[in-house]
This record gives sequence, C-alpha cells and structure tokens, in this order.
Amino acid sequence: MKPFTFTLRQEPPQRVDLSALTPDRLAGKSVAQIEAIELGVTRISTKVGDLFKVSEGDLKTVRFEGGSSRFDLLGAKLLPGFAIHVEGDVGAQCGRLAKGGRITVAGNAGPHAASGNLGAEIEIKGDVGEFLAGPLAGELAGMAGGRVIVRGKAGERAGDRLRRGILVIEGDAGEDLGARLIAGTILVLGEAKGRVGYLNKRGSIVLARGGCFGSTYVDCGAHELTFARLFARSLRDHSAPAADLLSRKLRRYGGDTAVFGKGEILTAD
Amino acid sequence: MPDIIRNGVTIDDNFAEAFPMSGTGILITAPNAKWARQAALTMTGFATSVIGCGCEAGIDREVPPQETPDGRPGVRALLFAMSSKDAEKQLVNRLGQCVLTCPGSAVYSTVAGEFEIKVGDALRQFGDKWQMSKVVDDRRYWRVPVMDGEFFCEGKVGLTKKSVGGGNLLIMGADWDKTMRATEAAVSAIDGVADAIAPFPGGIVRSGSKVGSKYKGMSASTNDAYCPTLRGVTKSELDADIGCVLEIVIDGLTDNAVREAMRAGLHAIIEMGPEQGAKRVGAGNYGGKLGPFHYHLKELLP
Repeated sequence: MKPFTFTLRQEPPQRVDLSALTPDRLAGKSVAQIEAIELGVTRISTKVGDLFKVSEGDLKTVRFEGGSSRFDLLGAKLLPGFAIHVEGDVGAQCGRLAKGGRITVAGNAGPHAASGNLGAEIEIKGDVGEFLAGPLAGELAGMAGGRVIVRGKAGERAGDRLRRGILVIEGDAGEDLGARLIAGTILVLGEAKGRVGYLNKRGSIVLARGGCFGSTYVDCGAHELTFARLFARSLRDHSAPAADLLSRKLRRYGGDTAVFGKGEILTAD
Repeated sequence: MPDIIRNGVTIDDNFAEAFPMSGTGILITAPNAKWARQAALTMTGFATSVIGCGCEAGIDREVPPQETPDGRPGVRALLFAMSSKDAEKQLVNRLGQCVLTCPGSAVYSTVAGEFEIKVGDALRQFGDKWQMSKVVDDRRYWRVPVMDGEFFCEGKVGLTKKSVGGGNLLIMGADWDKTMRATEAAVSAIDGVADAIAPFPGGIVRSGSKVGSKYKGMSASTNDAYCPTLRGVTKSELDADIGCVLEIVIDGLTDNAVREAMRAGLHAIIEMGPEQGAKRVGAGNYGGKLGPFHYHLKELLP
C-alpha cells in the first residue's frame, strides 16, 4: 500500500512544529481535519493545508516529499512499529523523545536531532547540527535508547549526556564529542575534533582515527573485544564501515578519570 | 504383550513416561571451537540426573561461527531442572564456576521462554564495579573484565516450563559390545536432533533404576527386572538371549523434541539389526500414572 504522503507546496514562512504529524496522532482523522492542523509557532497561522498536499495512504509509513530546515520536532514521540521518511531536510529536534519506530531523513538535520530518543532507529543521510542525541537545556540525560546513524558530519557536542543506545557518525564530529557521557556507545568514522569524552562516566567512544585525549584518559592497551564483534554483527546492515571498525583490534583508553573513570575511548591503530 | 519385529529387532509394545521440567539453554562462544566445547563440557559435567546433581544438562550441538552473535565458534548447552528456581540456581552456579572461569568464553541466551533467568545480571558483580553494560538490539549484555580480557555475558537467559524430561529407550542385546554398538549409534542419531540432550555419560546410562528400595530412605534402587545377572532369581523382564541392557534418557525443550529424539534413536538401532547390535528395544515407565507425557514405541517405528 502507498504511504501516507505530505507533499511540500512551499517553503514554510515560519518555523513549524511537526510533532502532530506522526502516524498515531494522524490515525482516525480525515484529510480535511489533517489540513486544518495548526503547525505555526507564532501568532501567524500556518496550517498543514497551507504547506502540504496531503495524500492518504497506509499510516504505518508517513512520507514527506520535500523538507525544510524549518521542520522542527519531526517524528517526536514516535511509537514502535511506525516509520517516517523525509525526502529533504529537517529542522531542530527531529525524533525528539521517540519511543521506537524508524525515521529516515534524506537531507540534513538541525540541532538536537534524536534528542532524548528512547528507542527509535534514526538515519540522517546528510549532516546534523549540534547536540546530536543530547538533552535540552535543564535535562539530566540525553538519548536513552535506539540507534542513530548519521552519514555526514555532526556538529558540536554530539552524544552529550548519552545514557543508552548507539550513535554512529560516519563523517567528522565537532568539538566536545560525547561530553558528559553517562553510558552508551558512540562511533565516529571521520575525525573527532578537539576535546573528546569530557567527563565521560561509563560510556564507550569508538574512533576510527586516534588522537590525544588529555591526561585524564589512560592507555589500557590494544585488545580483541568480544562485545565489539557483537556490535559489528548488529551494525553490519546499517553501517558497513562502522562494522569494519569494530571488527578490528581496538586500543582502549580508560577514562574520564576526572570523574568515574569507568568509561573508555577505543581507537583503531 | 504382543511383540513387534522390525529388521529382526524386537520392539516392546510399551511406552516411555516423561515429566514436565524447566528447561533453559545457552550458547557459549570462544575464540576457537576447542575452548567453546571445553566450557560447555565443564558446565554440563556432573549433571546426569536431577536426583543427585540438581539438574540434567548436556550439549545440544556445535554452532558454526556464521550462526553465532559474535562470529566465533560456539556450542549450545541445555539445562533442565524440576523447578524454575532449581534451574536458575544451577545455571547461575555453573556459569559462574565453569564458564566465567573458562578462557575466552562468552554466553548468550538461546531459548525464548516464558520466563527469564538473570544470568549476567548476577555474574556481573564479579567485575567489582569495573563491569560495563551494553544494550544491543534490545538485549542487555555485560562486559566483565577478567585476566584474559573480558567475559561477555547476556543479562537474561530464557527459561521454559514446557520442557520434558525422561524420554528413554532400553536397549537390550546379547552382550556388552553389541548392545553398546547399537546404543552408541542411537546416541549419535539423537545428537542430530535439535533441542534435545542425553544427559548421562556419553548419553548412556547402565544403572537404570526402579522406584523404591528395600533400604529405608532410598527413593530409587537398581532395576533388578532388567539386570541380566539376576535373570533367574528375580521377576525378570529379560529372556535368555539378553546379556546386557543399556538405557538412553532424553530431555528436550519441547514434547516434540523428545519424541523426535526417541524416534531417531530407535531408527538407528533398528537399522543396525540384531547381528551387529541390539536384539530388543523397550522403554521405561511407572504405569503411566505419574508422568503426563507418554511416548509409545510402536508409534515411533519406521
């Protein structure tokens, strides 16, 4: 069956909140009702009908033909079993607090993508902004489950306060990758710029290219790790280069000893 | 009882009586097949009968690297006990003493049961707070630092109460060599059946028991009706041509696994014939009133 499709008519005149357009929240509504949903976040009204041509289809998959960097909160609180695909860019907080399901974005994503993700599989084919999978201001933990794969680059502070789940960045990562990491796993296949794993408690950061991690990370030698082989198998279909990285012998740097010191940075060298 | 004869082997018109058990299974992997097998052998040692060992355990099959979660050679071991509590205690103890200690090993759940046993969630404490948890595809694993690297163990292992224990075949032959030849053929056929094990030494038990004893406090004693040396002096089940009886006991994760294992064993014995192997095959039961699972030999014939 055809997916439920929103075809973009024009660039939104303001930032829009797309959290209402997830399959469970669209269920049981007629096209007319959906077109009347208010998306604007200012006093000026922007309704679904103003932006999109709506074509009904199977609500298991919602498809956006055309994207915009003003598309905020796309797929927020998505439930398991559903999927959203965007043929274009998205704005801030894509997949925010998603419980499960699958979100694919063909273009770039803005800041706070996968923020607080609880179990969704999120794939961004382009680049992402800062605070990938991170918490919003005032929140104690970032992403707590699921898998996020970024084919391009990630902005600063990717994986901030990550608690659980897997983050794969196939391109470069900005400064302060994995800062305040609680647990979980981050893989970077490009270059990780500047400081890495600042105040990491017990998370794992796997880097294709090593570097100097400062005096609070301590070299623990190169090892064949069984867990990495399991991760490699699990990631093989989603990111072959990440699986290759995990299949290699990895040098373990224990840290950040400025805090717990139970975490690690693993590098292939 | 009217006897059934197949390929010269007499098949008793009798049935094996089996009981519900709590069953669980794990996959042990290691850097090579030798050490995966060693871990499984050690873990399933002293696990022939629930009467004295607390559980019955054995190796189900070797798993090639392509099929294991971490791509290393593996061995699947099954463990059965009379209650889920016993199964949990035995599995955790055996993993802690036999698998955690075995070089290179890692443990994964291979049974999707109605219940779960906390395995890694218990053994992780060996890590003395250096252990790390990892969740992959919604399953939690523990990395416990040990002297050869890391012991990797799944947090929970499935347990099913739909397991069956006590499927059996009594293999009777002219002498020890012939009976053993037929019994070994049956055991290797049973090895090929998934989800079933024969927990006794090499899959074979020579000291079949009956319920009760002349001694006070003993719940089981030698099955004198099947002892060839007592043929003349007791109410024997054996004819003059039988000089040796061996038994195979089978536990399986499902009713069907036990049935298929018995079928495979029986076929192997019949195929060998009485000249090389066994003259007669029987099965043990308690009159059919104790165990809910009955496996009639005549229904398993080729």
